[in-house]
Amino acid sequence: MMTNSGNLLTQGQFSFLPPLTDKQISAQLKYALKNGWAIGIEYTDDPHPRNTYWEMFGNPMFDLKDPAGILMEINSCRKTFPNHYIRVTAFNSTRGVESPTMSYIVNRPKKEPGFGLVRHEGAGRSISYTIHSYATDKPEAERY
Amino acid sequence: MSTQSKNLTPTKDPSIDLDAEFQTSNIQEVLDKLDQELIGLIPVKTRIRETAALLLVDRVRKQLGLSAGAPSLHMCFTGNPGTGKTTVALRMAEILHRLGYVREGHLVSVTRDDLVGQYIGHTAPKTKEVIKKAMGGVLFIDEAYYLYKPENERDYGAESIEILLQTMENNREDLVVILAGYKDRMDKFFHSNPGMRSRIAHHIDFPDYGADELVAIAKLMLASQNYCFSEAGEEAFGKYIRLRMKSEHFANARSVRNALDRARLRQANRLFSGTKKSLSKIDLMTLEAEDILASRVFLENTVDSLPNTKKTNK
Repeated sequence: MMTNSGNLLTQGQFSFLPPLTDKQISAQLKYALKNGWAIGIEYTDDPHPRNTYWEMFGNPMFDLKDPAGILMEINSCRKTFPNHYIRVTAFNSTRGVESPTMSYIVNRPKKEPGFGLVRHEGAGRSISYTIHSYATDKPEAERY
Repeated sequence: MSTQSKNLTPTKDPSIDLDAEFQTSNIQEVLDKLDQELIGLIPVKTRIRETAALLLVDRVRKQLGLSAGAPSLHMCFTGNPGTGKTTVALRMAEILHRLGYVREGHLVSVTRDDLVGQYIGHTAPKTKEVIKKAMGGVLFIDEAYYLYKPENERDYGAESIEILLQTMENNREDLVVILAGYKDRMDKFFHSNPGMRSRIAHHIDFPDYGADELVAIAKLMLASQNYCFSEAGEEAFGKYIRLRMKSEHFANARSVRNALDRARLRQANRLFSGTKKSLSKIDLMTLEAEDILASRVFLENTVDSLPNTKKTNK
């Protein structure tokens, strides 16, 4: 959830590993396609862990057979947003599941400033804590 | 590997048994199936054999470190309706898959409607989606000449062609595009899209079938549906096909299929209204001459020849 020692955002699968290569991404995509999951590409520049809904890049992709097409989309998203977080989600539409089953980051900004701890003094001597991304101090699209 | 391909001195490499390679690829099985199930089409079969040989040799070369880059395998099938373009495309996908040229070996069959959008900005995502679906397999564009409509300069077809061209060039190892259509219209299409023509290496022309080939096709079709001709029935069908070939809108194998469907209808009716109440398996399977001779084609022909008979009568 929070930044790790390498100061990298750790959300979703594989986020404690070194960045996935295209070949590794393809292999993961293939697994999702084999299971019949729809794949979507999403991007954001607000890495707060509670920011669940990222922007979609293009339409979700259904009924594909081969990861090459998705990789093509990922690369065009990387080209459009080289300094955003980009993740791939696989959606399982099986009745009763109907939720993303895979989600992993495939692109991150070059410099990730991380999160600061914010203390908020409440009534009495109570203090509530939250985290705040340094990047979001700047307006949207100028963050990274 | 790269140094080896640069100085091409024939060193003593381990020799590779082409036959063994051929055996392991199971390609003979597909080619045999092609021979059995597709009647005639000699030029098409020759070309498929050549392509298979090229891919096989390429694979062997790769083992010896002689890489030559993936050959471009985009194809264009031209021919009259019902000459087996779609069937061959399906087979092609299988062959390319067996030879490891495409990864999945599925066939995505589309027409203009699936590629071209209805308003500005609709075409590109639509075409891209189809391309993504076809990745790892074969994209078969039926009646491809409809993509380009020269009489309407605001038509979005050109945009679709542009995207296709780009993918055909850049994603050569991901997908094979097969265009299909009638010969004259495809020629016109290529004439107005020279880029398309130059990117397609293989132009395969599907010849029309002869009458005997069509009868053979009919027998194959019947066999797959567990029917057969009686001897007289086969003769009658031969006559029928010869007449039908001369008439308008003759669509080769497709016409044969339709004729057989109608013959099955008549056979069912004959069995139903017939006096014989206990039917054997043979009865249920056999198409008799009368099932075929009742066709409209014979009637029309007699109508045509009526004036002649009158003249001779006088």
